[in-house]
Amino acid sequence: MTARQYFFRGALILANDSNQSAEASTALPIHIRDLTKRYGQMYALDSVDLEIKSGEFLTLLGPSGSGKTTLLMAIAGFNRPDAGSICFGDTEMILTPPHKRDVGMVFQSYALFPHMSVAENVAFPLQLRKVGAAECTERVAEALATVQLSEFGERGIDQLSGGQRQRVALARAFVFGPRILLMDEPLSALDKKLREHMQIELKHLHEKLGVTTVYVTHDQREALTMSDRIAVINHGRLAQVDTPHVIYNQPANAFVADFIGESTMLPLSGDSAGRLMFADQVVTTELPADAVADHLLVVRPERLFVVRDETLDPQKTIAFDGTVREFVFQGETAFALVAVDDRHELSVRFSTDSASSQNELRPGDKVSLGLHREDVITIPDNA
Amino acid sequence: MESRVETAGINEQALQQQEAREQWTLLGLAAPAVLAVVAIIVIPVGWLFYLSFIGSDGQFSLEHYQKMIQYKSYARVFLITFEVSLLTTVICILIGYPLAYFLALLPQRWAGIFMLAVLLPFWTSLLVRTYAWLVLLQKKGMLNDFAIYIGLWETPVKLVHNMTGTLIGMAHIMLPFLVLPLYGSMRKIERDMMHAAANLGASPVHAFWKVYFPLSLSGMVAGSLIVFVLCLGFYVTPAVLGGGRVVMVATQITAILENQFDWGAASALGVVLLIATIIILYLAARFLKFDAALFGKN
Repeated sequence: MTARQYFFRGALILANDSNQSAEASTALPIHIRDLTKRYGQMYALDSVDLEIKSGEFLTLLGPSGSGKTTLLMAIAGFNRPDAGSICFGDTEMILTPPHKRDVGMVFQSYALFPHMSVAENVAFPLQLRKVGAAECTERVAEALATVQLSEFGERGIDQLSGGQRQRVALARAFVFGPRILLMDEPLSALDKKLREHMQIELKHLHEKLGVTTVYVTHDQREALTMSDRIAVINHGRLAQVDTPHVIYNQPANAFVADFIGESTMLPLSGDSAGRLMFADQVVTTELPADAVADHLLVVRPERLFVVRDETLDPQKTIAFDGTVREFVFQGETAFALVAVDDRHELSVRFSTDSASSQNELRPGDKVSLGLHREDVITIPDNA
Repeated sequence: MESRVETAGINEQALQQQEAREQWTLLGLAAPAVLAVVAIIVIPVGWLFYLSFIGSDGQFSLEHYQKMIQYKSYARVFLITFEVSLLTTVICILIGYPLAYFLALLPQRWAGIFMLAVLLPFWTSLLVRTYAWLVLLQKKGMLNDFAIYIGLWETPVKLVHNMTGTLIGMAHIMLPFLVLPLYGSMRKIERDMMHAAANLGASPVHAFWKVYFPLSLSGMVAGSLIVFVLCLGFYVTPAVLGGGRVVMVATQITAILENQFDWGAASALGVVLLIATIIILYLAARFLKFDAALFGKN
């Protein structure tokens, strides 16, 4: 690629959000097929198939050791998979060494070069691409302006705060106009307030750059906040790939239901009429395809509500009668554990409305909890 | 700001006393070390300094220093000393850098085992190691025999009792002093650094020179300075393996003391070497920006 084309891309980066169509052409889709990586007997990646669309923000979400970082490293070219294919657009990349993949990456440790100033760090990828001195200076300035660090070019890395380092790492990763951007838990070292602020900023930056972004995190809230789609990964396999809405409201299995958000799971039994029952209540008659398997009812704590005096329409609502075991005030919400029978407790979360103690529950109180039928989530029980 | 009446707070005096006691305790703990340094370094060096200004008649005189300027042989001794030290340092870097790099790439456990091999010679007497080289390098030694056997050269080559032998022996003895700090600084380079360099488009060669090498430099400079300074005052190895042809300052000092019992002349040599060393280190720190390695500054 010529310097001129790089400049063109760089200019596009700084173009306005309005210029959507032009930006779309700067992104590349990633096609991953049958990707396998073993460490001894352990499968870090087990025949992973994943289509990452051009320009989308996809998050790899999973617990530590799930393989999410291994997958990201494979895309960047830092590890050598045992089998499989990784294509950027139409180009097979599996054998391409990392320095020829032309993807930007933000490392968990930032990996800024301590012997270079901020500007030198950001200029590094441009110099390797033989960008002329004047243009290089200009593009470094533009990149630093994008991450709001214009005044910091001459600083040393050790003179920056964690948040500032994060921004430098970001500027360095996109300054050369890569069409794919990878991020490995880039916010994990920041404190909670700054992290939440940066989540929004990263999202804006992604909208502005329009590059295909693959983001790794173990923080489900972060994934829900930032992503176009989330790929939940566990034991080297994809558990579910979908939008945050679907992942949260229609988890495909117990792992996803448990890992994303809070949930309580109740075992359901099928009756002779093919309905799924909890105790003596019909939970659903709309049987899932594989009705043979046992099923679980996934209850999100915030979807439950305390039934006071009103009578419920059993067509629209399921009711659980139980006894309060615990009640905890946590600021904007309060949390209660309610035993519905000898073995099962439901978690309930309410918003703490005004200063009134309307929702105040005491351990030992009898309480009736309602759940709207549209909030019913059933999943097959594979355990 | 609101003005405030200074009154003694609760337990203020007792807390101050406790603070003072702690500081005295710390001082007490440091005292033996400080005294030892004064007793075994400051006083003897000062004494040598004094002796170097005492002439053969027992009066203050500059005669020892004048002699050093007068006779060319002294200049030669200093030249050889710096030459041997510099060459030894260079050889150590050429062998030690790849070695340390290899060790830094190994998993921690293997690195420990290999490091043991580097350190093993440390546990053998310096004299034994030096004489072992004498045996290996002599005309009918193993090295010559082997080289002739595989046809590297035809008649025995003089490998010892000269500069070559001295450098081989010194480099062997000094190598760990370079490898240890170098390995330390290489271990500290995060793997992500090299990943980042590659990710940004640097080929392995580029990534090494632009990122890895600069980051390992502090350890290399520290190790090189240790080796260089130790070499300047080295006695046994050049004396044995140099066979009288490689006369360094330490050898010369011994000769003066043994033959002429002239403490003044010997002290003057020591003082000049000390000052020359200090000047070199200062210049290195100043112009090569080695301050950090030397003084631990950022």
